[in-house]
Amino acid sequence: MITVLAITFVAATVAPLIFRKLGRNAFYVLAAVPAAAFVWLLFQYESAYSTGGIEEILPWIPTLKLELAFRMDPLAWVMSLLILGVGSLVLVYCARYFKDKDPDLGGFGAQLLAFAGAMFGLVTSDDLLMLFIFWELTTILSYLLIGYARTRLAARRSALQALMVTTAGGLAMLVGLIILGQAAGTYRISTILDQAGSLMAGPMQGAVAAAVVLVLAGAVTKSALVPFHFWLPGAMAAPTPVSAYLHAAAMVKAGIYIVARLAPGFAESQFWLPVVLGLGLATMLVGGYRALRQTDIKLILAYGTVSQLGFLTMVVGLGRPDAALAGLGLLLAHGLFKAALFLVVGIIDHQSGTRDIRKLSGVFRSSRALGVVAAIAAASMAGVPPLAGFVAKESVFEAFVHYGTGHDAPVWGIWILVGLVVGSILTFAYSARFMWGAFATKPGVEPTPFKPIKPAFLAAPAILSLLTIAYGVWPVPVDTWIQPYAALFADRPDAVDAGHLALWHGVTPALGLTAITFAAGAAMFYGRNLVARAQGLVPDWVDGDRAYQNTIGALDDIAVWVTGRTQRGSLYFYLAVILTVAFAVPATALIMANKPLPEGIYFIDPNSPLQIVAGAGIVVGALAAVRANKRFLAVLMVSVTGYGIALMFALQGAPDLALTQMLVETIVLVAFVLAMRSLPAELRDRTGGRLRVIRVIIGAAFGITMIFVAIYAMGARVATPVSLDFPRLAYEGGGGLNVVNVTLVDIRAWDTFGEISVLAIAATGVASLIFVRSRGDRIKTSEAVPEGSVGRRTGVERGSRADATLAVAKKFTGVTRDAWLVAGRTLAPERRSIIFEVVTRLIFHSMIVFSLYLLLAGHNLPGGGFAGGLTAGLALTIRYLAGGRFELSEAATVSAGTLLGTGLATAAASGVVPLFLGGQVFQSAIIEFWLPVFGNIKFVTSTIFDIGVYIVVVGLALDVLRSLGAEIDEHFEGQNSLAEEDAGGLAQEAAESAASGKGTA
Amino acid sequence: MSINLTLLIVMGVLYACGIYLILERSLTRVLLGLMLLANATNILILSTGGYAGLAPLFSKETNPEAYSDPLPQALILTSIVISFAVTAFMLGIIYRTWVLARQDEIQDDLEDVRVAKTPSFDAEDDAIVPLETSEFAVTPTTTTDRSHPEATEKPHTSTTQEGGSA
Repeated sequence: MITVLAITFVAATVAPLIFRKLGRNAFYVLAAVPAAAFVWLLFQYESAYSTGGIEEILPWIPTLKLELAFRMDPLAWVMSLLILGVGSLVLVYCARYFKDKDPDLGGFGAQLLAFAGAMFGLVTSDDLLMLFIFWELTTILSYLLIGYARTRLAARRSALQALMVTTAGGLAMLVGLIILGQAAGTYRISTILDQAGSLMAGPMQGAVAAAVVLVLAGAVTKSALVPFHFWLPGAMAAPTPVSAYLHAAAMVKAGIYIVARLAPGFAESQFWLPVVLGLGLATMLVGGYRALRQTDIKLILAYGTVSQLGFLTMVVGLGRPDAALAGLGLLLAHGLFKAALFLVVGIIDHQSGTRDIRKLSGVFRSSRALGVVAAIAAASMAGVPPLAGFVAKESVFEAFVHYGTGHDAPVWGIWILVGLVVGSILTFAYSARFMWGAFATKPGVEPTPFKPIKPAFLAAPAILSLLTIAYGVWPVPVDTWIQPYAALFADRPDAVDAGHLALWHGVTPALGLTAITFAAGAAMFYGRNLVARAQGLVPDWVDGDRAYQNTIGALDDIAVWVTGRTQRGSLYFYLAVILTVAFAVPATALIMANKPLPEGIYFIDPNSPLQIVAGAGIVVGALAAVRANKRFLAVLMVSVTGYGIALMFALQGAPDLALTQMLVETIVLVAFVLAMRSLPAELRDRTGGRLRVIRVIIGAAFGITMIFVAIYAMGARVATPVSLDFPRLAYEGGGGLNVVNVTLVDIRAWDTFGEISVLAIAATGVASLIFVRSRGDRIKTSEAVPEGSVGRRTGVERGSRADATLAVAKKFTGVTRDAWLVAGRTLAPERRSIIFEVVTRLIFHSMIVFSLYLLLAGHNLPGGGFAGGLTAGLALTIRYLAGGRFELSEAATVSAGTLLGTGLATAAASGVVPLFLGGQVFQSAIIEFWLPVFGNIKFVTSTIFDIGVYIVVVGLALDVLRSLGAEIDEHFEGQNSLAEEDAGGLAQEAAESAASGKGTA
Repeated sequence: MSINLTLLIVMGVLYACGIYLILERSLTRVLLGLMLLANATNILILSTGGYAGLAPLFSKETNPEAYSDPLPQALILTSIVISFAVTAFMLGIIYRTWVLARQDEIQDDLEDVRVAKTPSFDAEDDAIVPLETSEFAVTPTTTTDRSHPEATEKPHTSTTQEGGSA
């Protein structure tokens, strides 16, 4: 079985290639696959009907008890017969139905073949979850096949509707299957059915009863029973071969199959019979009634199928041996005649271009062979002897006569029988209407033009009709195939003899009912105009299709309403909601807990009483930042809080933090000024008065909540801080005296590595935002700037003192000497500050050396990679401010991207290399050696990691300067992108540049 | 247990001011608010270290409890530098917004506003399609459908029927 499945799916996968080669004749190749499987199936008869059938189990995930379990027993064998047989015939038919140039034929063929495989897997699965997977596979393939004509709105909509309805049922079924599997402790279907009796009486009987109902819900949607019957007529938008196979012979039978599979175990479940009989009968009557109103012969068949599916559900679900026999007999008969009829409809549509019975006339005269084939199938549907439909229906009547009139019959038994007869009368009537509508010569209607049919096109329906005759005349083989399944019900307390499928049972009540059916059905057809008028008077009671549309419409409306209320597109609104939740939940928890304040609260730290002064400074800065209405004032006030916090760190005993905070605060201030120089100075508050109140409330509430959360959280500490071990660890393991630094580069190196990665990403982000088209790593040197090229005097009154000053300053632009600080050549005179340049000359190198000192000494003294890198960054900042953007390129001849990459690589290497030396990632070692001048040196390898950090931080600072500084300078100078592009552009661009760089402080 | 109320009050004020600022349309103010929030959080972490103490520079004679707690310090150090990177990134965004739109304000998302106004009628779901009684005929819905060859090949007429079938 697994092999058959695998071959089918592989064939489906390569199908498009075959189509490319052979065109529509490829359908013959595809048809060979299920045909071969069909032959294989015939040879499996012996073993499938031996005790237990054929079992194939492939362990998949043993620890989860997942396995590919398949079992071929009589029920699966009979179903496979139908699936594979009809499947190959339909594929053969497709070869003449479609044209070579039809779009997506390869995909279509692949889906149809895959569908046959999925159905085969569905009926042979012996595992609930496998069953579900195949079940959903058929749903999805049905969706794709219905929507084959994807440019037609009707096809798309119908496909989606079928998908929604059957998937909804499928999900309900999944829940049911899981409950069943959990209750039984196994997902093997055969085992669950064996212990069904004890499950239904056991401790979980309620859950099991619910599970059965859920599984039936899946069957009801799949087999298009009321109230979900509407999707099946909608699915008629599919190409007719698909309708013949999926929506008559195979897929809609999946629900019937589930009922048939579970009936031997669960037919006695609480809600089984009401669901199966009630919905089945309702469906049978609604389908038959609606079929009489259709004017499209395909829709007559579709509603006929709905009716027959209800019929089948009742019979198969009754749970008695005679009904089981009759049910499977009817299932096969229905598969044969309904597939044949659909194929006939396809031929009529194909040859005449319409399916409307008001247009069709004289078709029988044009093609008698087609008429005969159709007549046989339709007669079988109506239950006319000596055809398959008659044999099966006779047995059904027999079974329900027993059920409805036996000595222990339930009250409703007789009414079920009456309903069945009424349904059969309707069936007879619409069968006759179908034949009349499709083939009759109607007075007053022009004969329909009809092209001659090629024999290959007619072959598939003809074979099906022949089988219908054979089955009717000689039902013994079918009877033999089904008897073992019927025998599963034989040990029921109320079991009766299953009987046999036969053409002649003698004069029985069933024969009488058949006679009544024929008489009444014929009368209804004869008086069809009267019936139509009567139907016209009755309003549509319930329209499932409209109910579906209303449901979907309501869902859409609710979705839009909820989205509109919550996703308003206002960041303010989102933040307000998030922040309100963020303080309201903890605050509520605190109030509910109602605990006394913990001990140990103090206002003034005895070790550091000055904190209160620093704190006051921070508070003033923060409040001023909120009130400030000038952009730079606000920035400055935030910086005040930053410097205040640096002081606070120092007072708390954290020199590393204080140092880093000072450096960062300074660089941030410069970055702010650089980035915001083009923005207006005013900082207006655009949020209105009422909103401002809300903001104040949220802010204050958040702040107060955080204070109390912190108090209680710290009050709840009971354990000794882990950091008490850090000093010893740092000294003995990390080989350093500065505990904080060793923590960063050794104890928590992974953390720091993550952080510098973030730094690299953020730096790249900044560069990308400013340079837009690239990372801008190309370096422009001052050599490209010709002497005296920069010299602008605008807005300065001629002859004034400022003019004179500038005139002096301009003399320096002609300096030929390649000075160290080349601002004279590259910066406009009015932008220069001689003092600043001089100071820069004095301190730049000292700062770089100091940054290296911080880096290397950081292991034992305050400092480290972060502080060192920031210091170097600050040095670069000063040089940029004094000398402009070309000076920056002179100062940093390596691009920022290279620095970031090198830094990350260095840090990563310090983590990876120990692995090769037999250590762990980021393990450090202490190396002591002697150098001539320095004496004994103790080198800890984690310093290499710190060097990586240093390089990354320098890269970050450089990126900020290049982007927010140099590149924005260039934007200011009004360079267009073209000038940058051409080769000689640099000189050109510099020559044109009027001013550059940010003025001095 | 040691809970330093001075630090916590400073933290509370910073949080309150930060929240007030980020609930604002001006991007600059939002960024300043974020910086205040970062500072507030640093103070919170700092306060978990307890009493002020000696700088955590190891010497063998010192009792570990006499140091200012080094673990929060390591966390804060990371946080400071990350905040710097985030601030730089935000500055990039502010500058880019200014260059592109000449404004420094957060706009309402027009797409969201449009979605909220979506009408309940959806042509794909709700339009009335004429009933097709053939796959091979020219019907009003398939005249534009040149990709489906049958549509052009068989010039038979066919009716269309409005409304549902049932």
